[in-house]
Amino acid sequence: MRQYKSKTDVQRKSYFSDRFFVSPNVSREDITKDEIFNADFEKFSQAINVEDAYVEHTHLVIHINKNALLAAMKLLKEELEYDMLIELSAIDYLAKRDGYELFYEMLSLSKHKRLRIKCFLQKDETVESLTSLFNSANWSEREMYDMLGVKVVNHPNMKRIIMPDDWYDHPLRKTYPLQGDEAASWYEVDKIFGKEARDIIGPEQRDPAAIDRYDTTRFARLGHEVPYETDISEFEPETAISYQEEDISGIMKKLKPEESVVLKRRR
Amino acid sequence: MAQHKVNYLQDGGAPIKLTTIDKLVNFGRSNSLWPMTYGLACCAIEMMATGASRYDFDRFGTIFRASPRQSDVLIIAGTLTKKHAEFMRRLYDQMPDPKWVISMGSCANTGGMFNTYATVQGADRIIPVDIYLPGCAPRPETLQYALMTLQKKIRKESIFRAHKKKRLV
Repeated sequence: MRQYKSKTDVQRKSYFSDRFFVSPNVSREDITKDEIFNADFEKFSQAINVEDAYVEHTHLVIHINKNALLAAMKLLKEELEYDMLIELSAIDYLAKRDGYELFYEMLSLSKHKRLRIKCFLQKDETVESLTSLFNSANWSEREMYDMLGVKVVNHPNMKRIIMPDDWYDHPLRKTYPLQGDEAASWYEVDKIFGKEARDIIGPEQRDPAAIDRYDTTRFARLGHEVPYETDISEFEPETAISYQEEDISGIMKKLKPEESVVLKRRR
Repeated sequence: MAQHKVNYLQDGGAPIKLTTIDKLVNFGRSNSLWPMTYGLACCAIEMMATGASRYDFDRFGTIFRASPRQSDVLIIAGTLTKKHAEFMRRLYDQMPDPKWVISMGSCANTGGMFNTYATVQGADRIIPVDIYLPGCAPRPETLQYALMTLQKKIRKESIFRAHKKKRLV
């Protein structure tokens, strides 16, 4: 059985604790503790200018300048045997540092090691595409552009991948409202019916507690509520169980319930 | 001569049924509702289950068609995203009249739990809906019931009256 935990201040605890996930501080280890990483890093740092490097969660993390990115990836792929680009994307630091932090997750199948290249990109700067080295970069870079607006140069097919081509703004930016901006909230109406139809269709209803008194007759109407457990079925018409067309019985055979056989168990 | 005389107004002997055009047409329409094979998200799994042997849509005369030009019913089974809204409207427009729409599940009804920038908040912003089917996802029985309710609705319609548009579009 699970161990009992006192639940007396559960509500207070959740009130004072963080509402959203706060990433824990991960301890950073020295590279020299791991032989393979140490050898790799020595080779790497001779060729590329490294800004910062450490081991985090068994990943070797290396911060470099964004101009050295292509050379660094080429070195990692061709000489250090990091042959797979698992994932790449960007993190929005527009508010704090006026730019994006790009990360590139690498895997070495021969060494069973994972490595992460990080570089910082100012808001208006562009980054070189890695599609010449890794095919997996193709869609990831498109997604990075689509979601965050990071501009990638020398990409063979640089356009949005998830959102429609005529979408306004980049939805994964921290400044983007979760429920969409003005353009997003009218997107489908504008596209299908044109802007004139906005008045007819009306704005989106996003309030889950919204009440419309003309919506349905089953619920108590506003101003006509009755106490709990009051029988309101008085004026309800009887709904008989009827399904097949009654009047065309010559064409369709109607099954009478009293003539039908109910099976006690499945055959 | 008398033995060949047929009493048309009496039920018996002669293979004649008296009915109205409305009833006859509605009988045909309601018992051959062909939905379009069109699944958007997880509701489509329930829709497939409804069509398969255990729940068996075929016995209602409901046979899934692979083309909007052959179908009468559009079952919006799943989350309708803003990117896709345009295509669903086009498919709806390609269906010949008369046509009916079942909005299946919370996402198609109101956007459901996807209160986000990318989801259409209710498919009825795009196309007129006849039946809203609650649930997340609705059980196959629920979809069957929706279809039977739609059949009932069709049987009440008259072919001489113009279709009353539910809304603008």
